[in-house]
Amino acid sequence: MNKPAMPNSFRTGPDEQGMFGIFGGRFVAETLMPLILDLEEQWNKAKNDPEFKAELQNLSTHYAGRPSKLYFAEGLTRHLGGAKVYFKREDLNHTGSHKINNCLGQILLAKRMGKKRIIAETGAGQHGVASATVAARFGYPCVVYMGATDVARQSPNVFRMKLLGAEVRPVTAGHGTLKDAMNEALRDWVTNVEDTYYLIGTAAGPHPYPELVRDFQSVIGTEARAQILEQEGRLPDVIIAAVGGGSNAIGLFHPFLDDKDVRIIGIEAGGHGLDGVEHCASMNAGKPGVLHGNRTYLLQNADGQILDGHSISAGLDYPGVGPEHSWLRDTGRVQYEPILDDEALEAFQLTTRVEGIIPALESAHAIAHAMKIAPSMDKDQIVIVNLSGRGDKDVHTVAKMLGMEI
Amino acid sequence: MTTRIDRRMAKLKAEGRPALVTYFMGGDPDYDTSLAIMKALPGAGSDVIELGMPFSDPMADGPAIQAAGLRALRGGQTLVKTLKMASEFRAGDDETPIVLMGYYNPIYIYGVDRFLVDAKASGIDGLIVVDLPPEMDEELCIPALRAGINFIRLATPTTDDKRLPKVLENTSGFVYYVSMTGITGSALADTAKVAAAVKRIKGHTALPVCVGFGVKTAEQARVIGASADGVVVGTAIVNAVANVLGPKGEKTADPAEAVATLVSGLAQGVRSARLAAAE
Repeated sequence: MNKPAMPNSFRTGPDEQGMFGIFGGRFVAETLMPLILDLEEQWNKAKNDPEFKAELQNLSTHYAGRPSKLYFAEGLTRHLGGAKVYFKREDLNHTGSHKINNCLGQILLAKRMGKKRIIAETGAGQHGVASATVAARFGYPCVVYMGATDVARQSPNVFRMKLLGAEVRPVTAGHGTLKDAMNEALRDWVTNVEDTYYLIGTAAGPHPYPELVRDFQSVIGTEARAQILEQEGRLPDVIIAAVGGGSNAIGLFHPFLDDKDVRIIGIEAGGHGLDGVEHCASMNAGKPGVLHGNRTYLLQNADGQILDGHSISAGLDYPGVGPEHSWLRDTGRVQYEPILDDEALEAFQLTTRVEGIIPALESAHAIAHAMKIAPSMDKDQIVIVNLSGRGDKDVHTVAKMLGMEI
Repeated sequence: MTTRIDRRMAKLKAEGRPALVTYFMGGDPDYDTSLAIMKALPGAGSDVIELGMPFSDPMADGPAIQAAGLRALRGGQTLVKTLKMASEFRAGDDETPIVLMGYYNPIYIYGVDRFLVDAKASGIDGLIVVDLPPEMDEELCIPALRAGINFIRLATPTTDDKRLPKVLENTSGFVYYVSMTGITGSALADTAKVAAAVKRIKGHTALPVCVGFGVKTAEQARVIGASADGVVVGTAIVNAVANVLGPKGEKTADPAEAVATLVSGLAQGVRSARLAAAE
């Protein structure tokens, strides 16, 4: 495939059609078109409205606890013996992950648009919990679609959603993971177009979702950039984040995209290895296709049927990726690397022991890559890892993997 | 340039009756059975055939068509085989229009240019691609029109008068009016509202307007056919196949015969539509 032309800036996309190069777009049924056109119009008004910005800012500070800290992981740095490793502590946000950033933004949009009901899809349950949380806070009924496999492996989050008043609908189609939950959420949306707001959890889906989710999540990178300048007096050498759909990653990356000396690495779920089909590394092992409203890299067979994939981490268990990542991959601005289940598990345990922080399995993938590269870097070099969420939800999965009973 | 669809619709208009448009899933439950179903459709009274292309993630379909697509994929159906099925059918029937219906990704992966050449050679007359709205016309719609294949667009209750011209702009063959907001196989909408919607669309276009989503019985076909130029039945046909499959997928009766029986009844409903309306 031809490499796309190098843009002057990596931060201007998408274009008016919602495209990042050949990626993105609006591949949806006609029933949904008027809705996403309306959403785009409302979003364009809202993002320039000082009142909207002030309300989001206020909630981010006093409800979600922003800014999140940029923490020098001294224990891990000492253990690795190379570059200084910093964690962007999204795990400290209200609800325990970066997902709240997007949910607060979108619930304010839903309110502006006069919607009466919220639906969401979730993989690990972090987005489901964040959606249920903002729905509770703003008084909306909320239905969360979650793959049946994920309902089983993320039971603490299922219970949290129910406590928050959301209805969790298990989806049994396919492997019962995030892809299937997203199909079912789209079916709900196409049926209940009049009153329902679809709160997509990642920077994927039809335009304008990839853009608006990115913009709500970019607070991560904007803060991290200012914080590292404050704490170290310079920009980092490397920034790393895990990529499922890719919202925490694009949130960290976007403000750094035009800092050409900052190396940017996205981590895909390598599962049991890229040789077989038990992984979710769509950008390393897939090819461009069309699913869930956008064109992007997908795991698929020669007939264009989508594969289910696998990851130890429910949040990365998705056969696609947000379209902007696909574009950043093809332009070469961001490098995407796989991390195996076992490597993530090792990073999960190490971080817990040397830092006293239990990271989400998703974030553990990003830490695992830092563990690979930091030892051979100079001691004055800096790596920032996005610690996108806390790992309390994963303790059952990890115990099972380690053969322990709890 | 006229296509088989244009000619068939013109002929039915001259006869003064609406078309019966039948959807079935290509390759459900296997290639040979599915081809037998396809061959049985015209004799049972189908005027236009919609040949479903199975997709792993059919976002606009209800449980019945989702299950049919999975059966077909498990049975080894691919887009290559779906095109082969059309051409085998075409060898024995050069009149009945065939419309391929499905989702974009398998076509995109096949390659749009190669697909259009092969589809044309297989006797395909039209395409319905659910996830390609007018905003994405450059992808497949425009190339298909250039290749002489109709691109049939869905209009829905959310397509208001402001948007309708955009939806109709590059549509040809017929307009497929989706009777309600929702997925395939849901309950039929208020027929009076459907009739009003058909009238509204006809105010914007000279193309025939066919109505689908929710039509399951001969009586419903008759009522819808009184105002529309065609009635589309899908889920009921797919269910007729499912009903003669046992728990392990074994056939408990002949699926082609089951489909033909259902379609004959629907055809009677459609054929009595205008007579009833005239009374």
